[in-house]
Order: sequence, then structure tokens, then C-alpha cells
Amino acid sequence: METTAVKPQFSEAAQAEIKRLLTHYPDDRRKSALLPVLHIAQAEFGGWVSPEVQDLVAETLGLKPIEVYEVSSFYTMFNLKPVGKHVLEICRTGPCMLRGSDELTAHLERITGAKVGGPASEDGLFTLKEVECLAACGFAPIVQVREKYYEQLDTPEAVDAMLTELRNQVHRPALPWEETGLPNALANN
Amino acid sequence: MGRKLLTEHINVEGIETFEVYRKHGGYRSVEKAIKTMTPDEVVEEVKKSGLRGRGGAGFPTGMKWSFLAKPEGVPRYLVCNADESEPGTFKDRQLMSKLPHLLIEGMITSSYALGANTSYIYIRGELLYVLRILEKAIAEAYAAGFLGKNILGSGYDLDLHVHPGGGAYICGEETALLESLEGKRGNPRNKPPFPAVQGLYARPTVVNNVESIAAVPVIVNEGGDEYAKIGVGRSTGTKLFSACGHLNKPGIYEIELGLPVEEFIYSDEYCGGIWKGRNLKAVVAGGSSVPILPTELILKTAAGENRLMTYESLSDGGFVTGTMLGSGGFIAMDETTCIVRNTWNFSRFYHHESCGQCSPCREGTGWLEKVLHRLEHGHGHMEDIDLLVSVAKQIEGNTICPLGEAAAWPVAAAVRHFRDEFEWHVTHAKQAAQPGAVYPGAAVLA
Repeated sequence: METTAVKPQFSEAAQAEIKRLLTHYPDDRRKSALLPVLHIAQAEFGGWVSPEVQDLVAETLGLKPIEVYEVSSFYTMFNLKPVGKHVLEICRTGPCMLRGSDELTAHLERITGAKVGGPASEDGLFTLKEVECLAACGFAPIVQVREKYYEQLDTPEAVDAMLTELRNQVHRPALPWEETGLPNALANN
Repeated sequence: MGRKLLTEHINVEGIETFEVYRKHGGYRSVEKAIKTMTPDEVVEEVKKSGLRGRGGAGFPTGMKWSFLAKPEGVPRYLVCNADESEPGTFKDRQLMSKLPHLLIEGMITSSYALGANTSYIYIRGELLYVLRILEKAIAEAYAAGFLGKNILGSGYDLDLHVHPGGGAYICGEETALLESLEGKRGNPRNKPPFPAVQGLYARPTVVNNVESIAAVPVIVNEGGDEYAKIGVGRSTGTKLFSACGHLNKPGIYEIELGLPVEEFIYSDEYCGGIWKGRNLKAVVAGGSSVPILPTELILKTAAGENRLMTYESLSDGGFVTGTMLGSGGFIAMDETTCIVRNTWNFSRFYHHESCGQCSPCREGTGWLEKVLHRLEHGHGHMEDIDLLVSVAKQIEGNTICPLGEAAAWPVAAAVRHFRDEFEWHVTHAKQAAQPGAVYPGAAVLA
């Protein structure tokens, strides 16, 4: 199929990071870097991996495109459709449910106007996604946004504080490989 | 007060940095092992310690290490399983984010023992922020000469890397983890060959849980015999329990194995009792995959003895009246908990996380979820209850990896211990389908 879309390209910083990652694996095992590179691609290209982006990943690692598609569709962290600026991953499993994750999901749907599994909210800010156990069961209920965990969201005030913080993020936070020194996630937390 | 072997310094300010960690005795085990012990002597100490895999299976770590094939001229690998995703379990995440150097120290000492020159920490993708913490700590260890070429002038080389997954519970299964680390879908491999013979890149490989590896420095420093003195019987040492659900003080607790379950739940030192002054109804003691037990059976064995936090005591009575220590994910449920709803939630999880490779698991987990969904939502029939047991039985033992059992056991146990609640969901369908509906017999059970 003919397409007029501009072919995506990794930034120089991302290319450098990919080069560093490839040193972690034997020379004839470049495919091992697939998951880490998909994470980089998703962060760099608006929070999701379009077919074009996946083709770029394949080209970068010297893989067939199908080798990337079959992996990206297996792991739930990779978004295969466009998402809003912030993807709110709401844990719905056992311990979170016991501490009110169902109510939290309903509350977030009401406030943001987005639906779980649906497109982003009309303002383009929020996509809601239910996920399985986030390994923070003692601090339930939990929402993960990028690399940050928002814990104990069992009061409207806690939820409001999280949404206000996200709404006030004018610029996208720097990606970890764009910074030197303290990793980005630590600075954010 | 029990001894804290792993988490003694967890609240020290700056303990995540090399400098502070080192000041508190960090990396002594690397020095001791590399300078004064042969690799086999390190393996021997781990064997003597009686340490059992802390990821859930409880297999003796030293024995696992001794299975590693060592053909000449072939690289071998140590892979740390940091893909913690078992609902109820969140100890490894805490351990890694607060004490990254403890894991790194354990990886170096263990890699030396196994003769691995490249090792990986496979961390679940959701924990990208923990990956950054580990990468920073690894860089510090390289700078201090504890990683890289010629460690401490010994001639031993080791490279250590962190590798993120992409969100798949199945990758906690060791062969699925290795597939994933090779850049593929996380489909478990048929065994044999076991990873000890053909693991990562078809090379001999040991896969250990974070907590198991974090215990190695303590074992090397104190000696395996000293470590084995802690605990009860074959449950030696300390174990991290992640307590969650309806508890007053959920969190991570390191205990000496052998603490009575009742003390763990009710004493102020640990979980501080059940929230809102309610009664306890049931406990899942070792992560979502282990059988659920009602209050009377989690506190006492069928013989009426105090149930202890050990591998043996928790499994006393088999699955008829016992459960498993598993990964230490301790989920407490108060008297208002709907067991049917909770079982459906867990089934939905296992259906979602089944890799789909083998039919009994792919189809069976879907059946369990569907039948539980209709029971919970007021459309169930009495026959459905036996159907659940029958489907669970047909999954068990018929799958490539243990995810099948992990999906089947909780359902079978819930029906075994709470059958009247399932029946009530059928006879009071409309009432049961209401949000917050409580089975009236719940208080009696508690």
C-alpha cells in the first residue's frame, strides 16, 4: 500500500542509547535488544508504536518486521493505537480490587470523560487503561503513568492531586536517555 | 523482634548509593568470595545454608546451582528473575528500589560462584524507574572496580546488565523469561532440557529470584551454617512477606521463618490486625496462585496446631486443609469480601496472562473466567460449581508451564472452602449481583 507518511527516525540521543544497549548482548544476538528498543520507540513517538515505528525498530535491529509485530502484540505495555498525552494504567487485580480499584476506575472515567479501552479524553490529555498487577499491592489502589506510580488513590482528594499534577505538566518530561546524571524517573519522583 | 538479614539497613538515608552502602558493610561478600574462596566453596556455603528459592517454587538454591553444566570454553549465564508480577507480591520491587546494591552484590558473588562472565537482571517492564535506579548503581559498582575486567585484581571478569520486559506475567516463568530476554514472545519452553543445560542462547544458565540472590551476601559473610540456624527445620533463614488487602498495616516485612501466622496478622510489630475493626474471613498466603484458606485453617492446621510461616507448616495438610508459602504475597480478606468476586478477578488475571501456547491453559483459563463471571453477575447455575472444579482439574498437570496450576488451584480451593458462598450466588442471583453484596454466612466463617 502506498503511503505518504514521513518515515519516522530516532533522535540522535535515542540512537546513542540503542547503540549502548546493543553492547549488552552478544554480537550475533541483536534481537535481544528488541524489548528495550520498543520501550525507547514508544516513549519517543508519542506513547504508541505505529506500524511505521515498528518497521523502523525492525530496520534498526536488522530484523524482519514480523519479528517485531509478533512481539509488540504479545506484551501489554506496547500501545498499538494512538493514546492521549498521559496513559493512566489502573491496576485492577486482586489486592487493588479489595482496596477499591473498581470505584477508582469509575471515578476516573467520570472525571476525565475517557473510557477504559476507548480513545483518549476529548482534550487529548488522558487515556485510561486497565492493567494487571503492578506489584504495589500494599499501597493499593494504584495508577501508573509512564514511570511514576501514584499510590493509595482511595480518596477523591488523592485522585484530584494526581490529575492536577498531570494537567500542569506543560512539557513532556525528558526521556531518561536525554539526560545525564540522576535518572529522570528519580528526579520526577 | 526477629533478625533482619536483608533489610537491616533499608531505611538508612542514602543507602541506595555505593558510598553509604559500602559504609554499612556492603560488598564484603564479594571481597571474601573472590579473595579467599573458590567458586565451589561459595556454592557449598549456599548449599549448607538451606536457602530455598524465594520466587515461589521453594527449590533449594544451592542444589539448583550444582546442576549447572560446565562444559569447557562455553559461556554460562546467571539471570536474575526480577519480573515480579504475582498478585499480592511486591517485595522485590521494594528491595531493588531501596537496596539496589544488595542485589548487585549478590549478583557478583553468585556469578563468581557459577563462573558466569555476563549476567542479566530481567526486570518487569512496568518497573522502568527501578531499572534506572539499578543502572545507576551498576555504574557505581563498575567505577569502584566491583564489576568489569579483573575484579579486585583477581582476574575474574563480570559484566552485569538490566533488561526490561514488556508487561507479561508469564515471563516470570524461567524459560519464558529466557525467551523474552532473547527478544521473542514469552512462550515457556518444553523441559527438558532445563536451563542449567540449555538456557539463555542455549548456554548453561541459572535463573534465580531477586530475594534469593539478595540472601547470598549474607550467607557468604556469616557462613551457611550460621544462616541455617535461623528458621525452623528445612525452612531456614529469613523471608520477605508482602502483606496487603484488608490489613491495618500493609507493607513488606522480613521475618525469621517460623513466626506464627496469627502473630504476623495481629501483632502491632507486623500487620496490626484487620482494618476497620472487622473480622478476618480468608487469606491467600503466598501470592494469588496458591490455594485460599478460611480463617480457621490459616491460623491453625487441621490437627489444631498453630500454623507457622514456614514452607512445611503452610503446606501442612496438602491442598485439602493447607496452602503454600509461595512468593510470600500475603493477601488478607475481611468478612465483607465476596469470595466469588475475588476468585473471578484472579481468573480474569490468569486468562489475560496465559500465553496461549497450550490448549488446556488457553481455553481452560477462559472457561474458568466465563463461568465465574456468570456466577458473580447473577446468571449462574448450580452445575456451574462442579463445572469449575472439573475444568480446573483438566488444566492441572496438562500444561507446558505451571501457569495452568496457578490458574486452577485458587478456583478449586475457593470452591472447596467456600462452596456455600458459590451456591448462595446461584440461589440469590439478583441479590448477589449487586455491588458490595455480602454472603450472609461470611460473619459465621470469620
